[in-house]
Amino acid sequence: MPEGTGAATTEADRRLDSPLVRLSGITRRFPGVLANNDVSFDIRPGEVHALLGENGAGKSTLIAILSGVLQPDAGRIEVGGRRVRIGSPRDAIRLGIGTVYQHSTLVPTLTVVQNLMLGQRWWRPLGRAAALARLEEVSALLGVRVEPDALAGTLSLGQQQQVEIIKALWRGERVLVLDEPTSMLTPQGVEELGQVIARLAAQGFGIVFVSHKLQEVLAFGHRVTVLKLGRKVGEIPPERLSALSPAAATAEIVDLMFGRGASDAAAPRRRRSSIRPSAPLLEVEGLSAGNGALADVTFAIRPGEVFGIAGVDGNGQKQLAEALAGQLPADAGRITLGGQDITTLSVARRRALGLSYLTDDRLGEGTVGSFSIGTNLVLKRVGERPFWEAGFERPARITDHAREMIASYDVRTPGPEVPIANLSGGNVQKALFGRELAQAPKLFITNKPTYGLDVANIRAARDRISAAAADGVACLLISTELDELLELSDRVGVMYRGRLVGVVENGPDAERAIGRLMVSGA
Amino acid sequence: MEALFTNAFLIAFVTGTIAASLPLLLAGLGEQMSEKSGVLNLGLEGMMLVGAFCGFAAALESGSFLIGFLAGMAGGMAVAAMMAALCVAWPLNQIVIGIALTLGMQGATSLAHHVLYSQSFPRLPRQPELPLPLLSQIPVLGPSIFTQNPVVYLAFLLIPAMAWLYRSTNIGLNLAAAGSKPAALDLAGVSVTTTRVCAVLATGALGGLGGAYMANIGAGLFVPFMTGGAGFMAIVLAMLARGRPSWVLGGALLVGFASSITTALQVAGFNIPTDLVLMLPFGTIMLVLMLFGRRAGLPAALGLPYHRGAR
Amino acid sequence: MSATTAKPGAPVAAWLRALLPLVLALAIGAVILALLGRDPVLFYTNVLNRAVLNRSGLQETLVLMAPLLLIAASLIVCFRAGLWNLGVDGQFLLAACFASAFAAGWVAALPYWPAMLLLFGLAALVGAAWAMLPAFLKAQYGVNEIISTLMMNFLGFGLSAFLIKTLFGDPEHPAPQTTMLEVADRLPRIGDTLIHLGVVFAVAVILAVHVVMTRTAFGLKLRIVGHNPRAAEHAGLNVRRLTFLVFAISAALAGLAGAVEVLGVRGVVRADWHPGYGLLVVPLVFLARFHGVAAIGFVFVFAVLSIGGESAARRADLPNDFLLIMMSLILVILAVTDYVASRAGR
Repeated sequence: MPEGTGAATTEADRRLDSPLVRLSGITRRFPGVLANNDVSFDIRPGEVHALLGENGAGKSTLIAILSGVLQPDAGRIEVGGRRVRIGSPRDAIRLGIGTVYQHSTLVPTLTVVQNLMLGQRWWRPLGRAAALARLEEVSALLGVRVEPDALAGTLSLGQQQQVEIIKALWRGERVLVLDEPTSMLTPQGVEELGQVIARLAAQGFGIVFVSHKLQEVLAFGHRVTVLKLGRKVGEIPPERLSALSPAAATAEIVDLMFGRGASDAAAPRRRRSSIRPSAPLLEVEGLSAGNGALADVTFAIRPGEVFGIAGVDGNGQKQLAEALAGQLPADAGRITLGGQDITTLSVARRRALGLSYLTDDRLGEGTVGSFSIGTNLVLKRVGERPFWEAGFERPARITDHAREMIASYDVRTPGPEVPIANLSGGNVQKALFGRELAQAPKLFITNKPTYGLDVANIRAARDRISAAAADGVACLLISTELDELLELSDRVGVMYRGRLVGVVENGPDAERAIGRLMVSGA
Repeated sequence: MEALFTNAFLIAFVTGTIAASLPLLLAGLGEQMSEKSGVLNLGLEGMMLVGAFCGFAAALESGSFLIGFLAGMAGGMAVAAMMAALCVAWPLNQIVIGIALTLGMQGATSLAHHVLYSQSFPRLPRQPELPLPLLSQIPVLGPSIFTQNPVVYLAFLLIPAMAWLYRSTNIGLNLAAAGSKPAALDLAGVSVTTTRVCAVLATGALGGLGGAYMANIGAGLFVPFMTGGAGFMAIVLAMLARGRPSWVLGGALLVGFASSITTALQVAGFNIPTDLVLMLPFGTIMLVLMLFGRRAGLPAALGLPYHRGAR
Repeated sequence: MSATTAKPGAPVAAWLRALLPLVLALAIGAVILALLGRDPVLFYTNVLNRAVLNRSGLQETLVLMAPLLLIAASLIVCFRAGLWNLGVDGQFLLAACFASAFAAGWVAALPYWPAMLLLFGLAALVGAAWAMLPAFLKAQYGVNEIISTLMMNFLGFGLSAFLIKTLFGDPEHPAPQTTMLEVADRLPRIGDTLIHLGVVFAVAVILAVHVVMTRTAFGLKLRIVGHNPRAAEHAGLNVRRLTFLVFAISAALAGLAGAVEVLGVRGVVRADWHPGYGLLVVPLVFLARFHGVAAIGFVFVFAVLSIGGESAARRADLPNDFLLIMMSLILVILAVTDYVASRAGR
């Protein structure tokens, strides 16, 4: 519900208009980068203020400053009209600012109510009864139901986030800061979150919503501030935002983010099909794995075809990728690659036969963070010629190879000996694309290839997949981004509760069909 | 064979078990608190030794066992303070520092003993016992379990007390969070450092008390290196106890039982080699590991220093 | 220079970082000595005289280094692979026990060098065997190896004592110990020094381990597992097989340390012998950042303090264990300066 326009006529109105929190001229430096450069914005009661920007625009730093984790180098912060210093998370809580971070801050081995009670003064009694009562209260505010004695680690991601929001408002905070809240949610969860936000705004809370996803910003936000490379490059107030059509608003925001003329470049287009008219390269029959996480999956992919896998996160997609790659043993069924049965072969053997798997877990599984880029690029080929001869390393060859990869895949880095964890997510992904595609695989499996990347890198990744398919590689594209699947895939299979509940030919009605299958399995 | 089951023998056997288990129980309970909060305290052996020496010296000089125990706790806490300063306040490697402290305290107590007592070799008088009313009348168990030094009763009372602490207080929540996901605790506004420091100090106090018991009650004197690996044994017991104080008791009794039973068997005329019997508790633990050890249930952040805002 | 191992800081700075804390620790030690009424300068001079400046003393120092270097090699292999083989003491003792039990007999029955090789092989095998249960539990079930190897330690001590008192004991000797291997039959010495071939062997082994860990594919595989086991799986490495291999190699090296000690120096194992080298070497290996050459340096310093300190302590009428305080100080100060330096460098 947007704020009224025009001058505030009464004292009460004026107070309603005055911001809960005002940031002025915030500046924060890190070695080598100016994360926030003279940024100012307000958080008003009853208003959802969206902060939009690419990765590296300075959103996370701003959130960290608001929540007391970091302090600004320059600038002032006012809460309720008074100048304050938010020196620690405790200060932020005291000042009435509740933050929900992108990554869970719940202790998985404690229950919901225990997590909520965390942070009380140690000498006070635990006060379980009072906590349960408060839980009821805040849940009602949000319009959700949570099981108080469930272990936080067993909740779904959407439920965990609800607990986090409850936690953020636990001590009567009136300002709620949400950092990329939808990145781990199902479409259902996003909708529910939107309802919660709307309810809270209607009750006068001030909400800051940080994102890089345009659609959600437009759906939930009343006011939009755009950050670019540490600066605030534009703000669209509620009166203007509600007046614009979604398309016009999108165009205006994209212009702000990327400069004039970028809005056309952002629109996705359907790629040209490149399916080779030969026998399927990959045949999966009745594949089951992970004790039911994957159940009786059957499909086939031909060379040059991009087969998309859609589905709400957590319906067996990861298990499918791992079962195909060899990291998860099959409980039943058969996998055939190029006519050869690979069901019981090891990860290394499958790779040798032309199977390439680009994991979504870049830092946890895909790379060893402290090793150099060069080493990571040959991580799957340890001991192989020409990088190793008779078991001994040939450093020069590894470095040369790395330089080539860095050049052809446009990895931004000072050099190949830099530890790969120093690179930004987008550059790590480019390097991994290089590692997986440079070996000319026959089957390329990729899981959430553009997760966490900015627009330019997303484009680069999608182009790589297109190019690979055009070269005759059979591609299995697992993604939660529907527009990505629709742009790249020839056919899209939908995973629901571990089963492949339908395969949709890409076309004008595909989106609706896929959406229905994703949500209901029917 | 009949000799095994005389009352006198059984009393001696149970008393022996308690005497052997008690230091492990105290040190294990202390270590459990450290580990819950995420600190792997390899300096426990050193804390026990210092506790033993300080406890002995203080009891000797003052003539009071109570002062001895208090001094033992203080000594253990002093060593724990060093551990806390280096590994919690500063993020130095917990394993290196823990071993360094153990070695250093082994040397320091040996040196102190040499300087003060190597000529005289003093001993403490027999321990004062506190028979519990009524309970101490029960045959066999009465004179053994219920007629003990007050420290023993205190140790047994600690078990439910600590269980209550972990389950029903804010301190317990803070400890669990500090060991499992310290970032969450920090964001909730509680100092991870303070929580861990307090846990380590408590470990020092309990370890020191355990050492003081070993010296003053168990042996009646101090000998350099007298703890003989009890600290490391307690660390393993704490790791296996999955956060439950009662399991620490179980483990401590197991080890105490085994060492007590060697004497018993020899008295009974069974000629089982001492070495094999002493291996029993460790063998049992290995068996437990094989059957149930799949998920150790150790706190996720154990051994890792905490940095706010770290990527 | 390897492409897969990070370059350490410039060599000169590294030496300074190692020496400065040593000097600091010695200074604090001097203060303690003074407080105790002993002459620190005299003490340190005695240490150096005995362990380094004295010809036979230096030899003793080098001889002590032999088992320590092998244990350091053992620890480097497993620590780099992210596995905590804290059972080196048990592996060492059992292997020493077995080697000593059969030494006299095999040397008499077989030609010398084959007998020696067999004995070394036996020691390596016994050491490796003693680590197989923890290895299996870790590889198959993910059981925490700190607990299992520590338990195997205690079991190893007990078993070894039992064996010496029964099967392996020398029936003619009143105290429980194995049959002594005559001095003439122990490992040959270099020239007329005390330095036996085991010392050379140990240095060669730790250097070889360093090269393998930093320059070979096998070493890289172990390091990948050590840094990120999930990435290792993803990269197609057989983590289970590597876990077994690491335990086997590490424990075999600990076993070889036992063999070197028995066949080169002592010739006999008494039932109550507990050198406890493992605990002492763990921090040294950490401070050397698992670098083989640096480990040699740290082990040398420790050996000097051990040999020289024993004599210096006796002369100053202090218990031998005073050295533990020195060791402890060095370790703590080294860890502190390491940390301060890395903070400054950031």
